[in-house]
Amino acid sequence: MSQKIDLDHGRFRQIIRGKIKQNLRKYISQGEMIARKGKDTVSVPLPQVDIPHFKHGGKQQGGVGQGKGDVGDPLGQGQDGDEPGAGQAGDRPGEHLVEIEVSLQELAEILGEELELPRIEPKGAAKIVSFKDKYTGIRTTGPESLRHFRRTYRQAMRRQISMGTYDPKNPVIIPIRDDKRYRSWRSEPLPQSNAVIIYMMDVSGSMGDEQKEIVRIESFWIDTWLRSQYHGIESRYIIHDAMAKEVDRDTFFRTRESGGTMISSAYKLCAKMIEDEYAPDQWNIYPFHFSDGDNWSVDDTVTCVELLKTKVLPACNLFAYGQVESPYGSGQFIKDLREHFDEDERVVTSEIKGKDAIMDSIKDFLGKGR
Amino acid sequence: MMHKRFPAYLQDIQDDVEGHARAFGLDFFPILYEVLDYKTMNEVAAYGGFPTRYPHWRFGMDYEQLSKSYEWGMSKIYEMVINTNPAYAYLLEGNSTVDQKTVMAHVCGHVDFFKHNYFFSKTNRKMIDGMANHASLVRRHMERQGQDVVEDFIDTCLSLENLIDPMSAFIVRSRGKGEGEDGEDGEVPRLRAKQYMDNFINPPEYLEAQRKKKEEEKKKQRKRFPEEPQRDILLWLIQHAPLETWQRNVLEIVRDEAYYFVPQAMTKIMNEGWATYWHSKILTEKALDASEIIDYADACSGILATSPGRLNPYKLGVELFRNIEDRWNRGRFGKEWEECDSMDAKRDWDRRLGLGQRKLFEVRKLYNDVTFLDEFFTLEFCLEQKFYSFGFSERSGNWEIMSREFKKVKETMLRQLTNRGQPFIYVEDGNFENRSELLLRHQHEGVDLDLAQARDTLRNLYKVWTRPVSLLTRVEGKGKLLRCDDSSITEKSADYPA
Repeated sequence: MSQKIDLDHGRFRQIIRGKIKQNLRKYISQGEMIARKGKDTVSVPLPQVDIPHFKHGGKQQGGVGQGKGDVGDPLGQGQDGDEPGAGQAGDRPGEHLVEIEVSLQELAEILGEELELPRIEPKGAAKIVSFKDKYTGIRTTGPESLRHFRRTYRQAMRRQISMGTYDPKNPVIIPIRDDKRYRSWRSEPLPQSNAVIIYMMDVSGSMGDEQKEIVRIESFWIDTWLRSQYHGIESRYIIHDAMAKEVDRDTFFRTRESGGTMISSAYKLCAKMIEDEYAPDQWNIYPFHFSDGDNWSVDDTVTCVELLKTKVLPACNLFAYGQVESPYGSGQFIKDLREHFDEDERVVTSEIKGKDAIMDSIKDFLGKGR
Repeated sequence: MMHKRFPAYLQDIQDDVEGHARAFGLDFFPILYEVLDYKTMNEVAAYGGFPTRYPHWRFGMDYEQLSKSYEWGMSKIYEMVINTNPAYAYLLEGNSTVDQKTVMAHVCGHVDFFKHNYFFSKTNRKMIDGMANHASLVRRHMERQGQDVVEDFIDTCLSLENLIDPMSAFIVRSRGKGEGEDGEDGEVPRLRAKQYMDNFINPPEYLEAQRKKKEEEKKKQRKRFPEEPQRDILLWLIQHAPLETWQRNVLEIVRDEAYYFVPQAMTKIMNEGWATYWHSKILTEKALDASEIIDYADACSGILATSPGRLNPYKLGVELFRNIEDRWNRGRFGKEWEECDSMDAKRDWDRRLGLGQRKLFEVRKLYNDVTFLDEFFTLEFCLEQKFYSFGFSERSGNWEIMSREFKKVKETMLRQLTNRGQPFIYVEDGNFENRSELLLRHQHEGVDLDLAQARDTLRNLYKVWTRPVSLLTRVEGKGKLLRCDDSSITEKSADYPA
């Protein structure tokens, strides 16, 4: 049932969207602000939603409570809203922040609008995987098995009344051929596009916590955006130093290994993964690789380029390489890639200098609409 | 709002409960109940109990928060009643019979309070119509001026809505104070002297200078605008700010509604305490079946639960009313009681006066939260109910219990309630620096203002006043002048007269 409040509520959501959009850069560069809540929603703290008033500052004010405890005992977190008709008096001085829940879908839309990201046209969208029949309406012809009993009789009754042959005292209704109504259906194509994101990260000694944080934030937004573009997306995670291995999401962002960097090891594993599990004509494949760009040797870089050219690139929609600046400076690898693949629009490279650059980097990666 | 037929079994309960309530001496407006599903309940709650309000996103925000906390099972609105005649009250569909009984008895208490408490005596009892009229006026403005424009202006007004004088309705204004009350006009007092000495003792030049000085002062005095600091800043703006007609109307609407809700805020503890006292008395003494007692007690314990750092108005109110009843029943008041310092005598003090009920009804008529607590929150009550004051400890970075000392607790409590916990802000000068700027003064009562919010609020004031607006306040013991012009804010130190 629609309610009066829906208008006000809609208006409120609209304002929220605007605010999030305004502050998007801040949210992106400070990843911890957005907390995941449940499966499909995040909660976003919004500062200036509530209306400002002249009021007392919190910390000098204090208040009065009731119950056990000695002087000096901490109060712990006061529970909000567990009281009917929570009153003005005695409210704990609170922060001027409103936590708003937003669905990931909505967040992706906001991101898309703000960064002007083009919609992705999935590979092989023309290929229709399945049809689904849906009853959508009524028509006057059809097989008897689909005859709509109630509609048929209603039509017959309507005809009899208008012809004056309907007698309420003896309500006999006899449908004739023209009265018959049948259910009709439409076959809806169910386009199925499968997508997989393969995240690769360099976890060699030079990648510190800050660098990983950047990767974490950036992959959250990439994930959010791609998820809004494809139904059913898979994510795979590869970490590498001199060796590469597949790990789960949690390990991906936590592991810290030391040792050298052989990027080719990751590309090898990635190529193998694609070969074994993701047939390029069925899947939209997105390898993302983050590193500080300090590859072990020139020879290895050559191997990498070779692997990309022959195995990885032909299979994927987009290959993205993000180079995170580490305390030891930014490596050579990005230049090598640019040198070899400058013409190739399947390859995107981006240098991420710090948290503030994440937003631009996301735009670099996703701005092509591939 | 949905109009369902009021179910017969609820009608029976209502008749029964109201019968008992009247027998106890409660006297209330006719009460009309509506049964609502939780969605509509949340909607009405977001609208402050009214079926129709002007369109504004804030109601949507409140609605979302209420719905969320209901869906997560954190809170549920049991009871809602508005101060109108007849009074409208809402019942939640699907509540148990015991709950509905409790709510109805509770509502009787509220409506009796609305009808008889002095601070409600000036409110508009046809406010449902009032709110609906406001809504259609605002809608009309929106059609003419555009939704965004009007909504923005409402935001601005709402930011100032607490700048009113809660006692305004009760002040007898002495207007038209006679001119020249302070002595004869311009007459300079002379020293007594013989005629031939007069020119020496009262030199004409001096007299002239004195006369001029006095005139000057008078001029200054007359130029003060306003003559006395004004607390009803909204009224001041309505009268003096350069507003368009529709803007003035919106501001009037916001002010009107703010005043309507003032008595509720001023008597939260008393009102809830009174209603709780009566539902408890009516139910436990009359209306409950034996089979319902457990469910009732369960619901009640939820309502009266206390949690750290939070004052439960239901609990405090009902306990204090019971305490008063007991004291007046046993004659524990007056000079003799106050001056008795033998604990033994005090413990067994019982004069068998039986004045409790009479006193209760008197208190509910004449007091508000501040005077109620000031008068009846006693040392004995404070100890018995285990009250403490808490504050933020810089040392540990926690909110912690600061004191259990009676004086401290009471002081904190009263400070929290005075002016509904809002700072005192006055219009000091409407022609500040002789440039038609606005000067406000925050009367510092021991707690600094939240400066971030104050700045935003100043920006909103600037939008209304359209000339620079300044606020004189005290921050960490030092005077400070915040000045907002053209959306930039400057701060400088200033004298803050104590």
